[in-house]
Amino acid sequence: MISDLRFRGAGWGKRLFIFLMMAIMTIYVLLILYPLFNMVISAFKTNREILTKPFGFPQSIGFKNFHTVWVEKGFDRYFANSLLVTGVAMGFVLLFGSMGAYGVSRYRYKANTLVYMLFLSGIMLPLKAAIIPLFIIVKRLGLIDSRISVILIFIAMGLPSTVFILSGFMKGIPLELEYAARIDGCNDFQIYRRIIMPMTAPAIALVTIYNAVPIWNDFFFPLVFLQSNSRKTLPVGLSTFFGQHATNWSLLFTGLSIAILPMLLMYIFMSRYFIKGMTAGAVK
Amino acid sequence: MDVKQLRKAAWIIFFVTPGLMIVGVFILLPLFMSLYNSLFSWNQLLPVEFVGLENFSRLFTKYPYQQRFLNALQNNLIWFLSTMVLQNSVGLLFGYLMSRSIPGYQAFKRIFFIPVLFSIIAVGFLWGLYLKPSGLVNNFLGLVGLESLQHAWLGEERFATMAIIMVNIWRWVGFPSLVFLAAIDNVPTECLEAAHLDGVGEWKLFWKIVFPLIIPSITIITVLTVIGSLNVFEQIYTMTGLDGGPNYSTDTIGTLFYRTAFGSVDAGSPEIGIGSAIGVVIYILTFLISLISIRFSRNREVQL
Repeated sequence: MISDLRFRGAGWGKRLFIFLMMAIMTIYVLLILYPLFNMVISAFKTNREILTKPFGFPQSIGFKNFHTVWVEKGFDRYFANSLLVTGVAMGFVLLFGSMGAYGVSRYRYKANTLVYMLFLSGIMLPLKAAIIPLFIIVKRLGLIDSRISVILIFIAMGLPSTVFILSGFMKGIPLELEYAARIDGCNDFQIYRRIIMPMTAPAIALVTIYNAVPIWNDFFFPLVFLQSNSRKTLPVGLSTFFGQHATNWSLLFTGLSIAILPMLLMYIFMSRYFIKGMTAGAVK
Repeated sequence: MDVKQLRKAAWIIFFVTPGLMIVGVFILLPLFMSLYNSLFSWNQLLPVEFVGLENFSRLFTKYPYQQRFLNALQNNLIWFLSTMVLQNSVGLLFGYLMSRSIPGYQAFKRIFFIPVLFSIIAVGFLWGLYLKPSGLVNNFLGLVGLESLQHAWLGEERFATMAIIMVNIWRWVGFPSLVFLAAIDNVPTECLEAAHLDGVGEWKLFWKIVFPLIIPSITIITVLTVIGSLNVFEQIYTMTGLDGGPNYSTDTIGTLFYRTAFGSVDAGSPEIGIGSAIGVVIYILTFLISLISIRFSRNREVQL
């Protein structure tokens, strides 16, 4: 393409411009990668090494720290809780969200817009601002310190964007397919299940990442609702852990590595999906 | 109504009810409860009496609420402005450069997005360690001979807020970059090619052709920045603590709100009335500022 920024055939001014810009971008790349690299090698260092040789390599590589954090400090539990909470919440977000999107986009009726607006109301409202009533509601339901409380809130958090993205997608599926299925004797649920859902698969992948990442990372709601150590999710567990070992940097870097690396690994293998999914709400 | 229509209505109800119930109970009901609760005085979790707008007037005029609230609000404003100026403009630059296929843009794109995926909590704690007086940042300054610039970044009032904002920008720059990249990629190539052949320079090409066409995504990023700035909480919690130390210099609406709701402004019991009032203010601010941004950009939007 003619308008590409390329060195070849460019004048000196343009070459300098490209070079400068690449330098700026490279600096940011280093600012991202080095701190992460330092975090991982610090997990292998002793506290003394971290303080005296902050840029040096560890003298020996041992996984004792990782074992301590994972087993004794309960990160295995935190991890399992995060998986459970995110998995269950996402399951319901996708089920109820796709059903809601189907009910909004595939039928014509008077209250259609109203139902759609009710679903969408959650997109603009900051749910954190409602923490006091949420606390009162969760208490009434007897769900304080139960993982169900955060699961329910995460479902509510995920539904608006899911209905928004999926209904937009479902509107584009031709009605003729539906008529054909109806003639074959399918009822509405079978049409949803067998015709519409398989065709919506790409959008489902999108909303899964769009919602699962923030849910996995969420701190605020588990902080408020989960008190028992055995029920905490990874971000809250990490916070508790930091409170207890404030001076043991070697251990802290190990905890951080355990919290951060799984996401990084997933990203390396599926970066395209992550980029597409995470920006789905802001890119049309 | 005939049987067919009844059946259709039943199916619609079947499909939308589960979702609507959850949205109703956990998003809409709390909104109305916030409004309602803010009009009462409270004793722990029990409403005592109807006081009208007294909670709001206390929040806006009485010590210590007024001081804390205005201080926090000012910090949120600093968050918003710094993020717009530093993060979103850099994002726009990066997005533009990548859309013009600057050498290495595929790798840049993937790497820029890495920190976006991490939880704010992990990022906050990580940089909290790096910004300690004996942490990596000061060590690096020492290494390159800039000892004079070493500071207790999170311990000094004049640096703490900016330090936390920079960490947040570190984490988030990739997001606007890739949103703008996608937006600019949607600008028809013929437009750019034609302008280029006509000898339009880089600067003009960007401001006269690309920029007007991506105003919708600038609006979206602005609205998200508003919402993000009002929601700042984890960043403070992890780096300078719930009290927004030192001496409340990093306090935000989010942390103030949390302290008011769950343990008080100046170390006391939870104050549901004032807390609800702050919650309502957050709702109103989010709503108003989003509305203004959308309005503002609609006037400048260009259709191709």
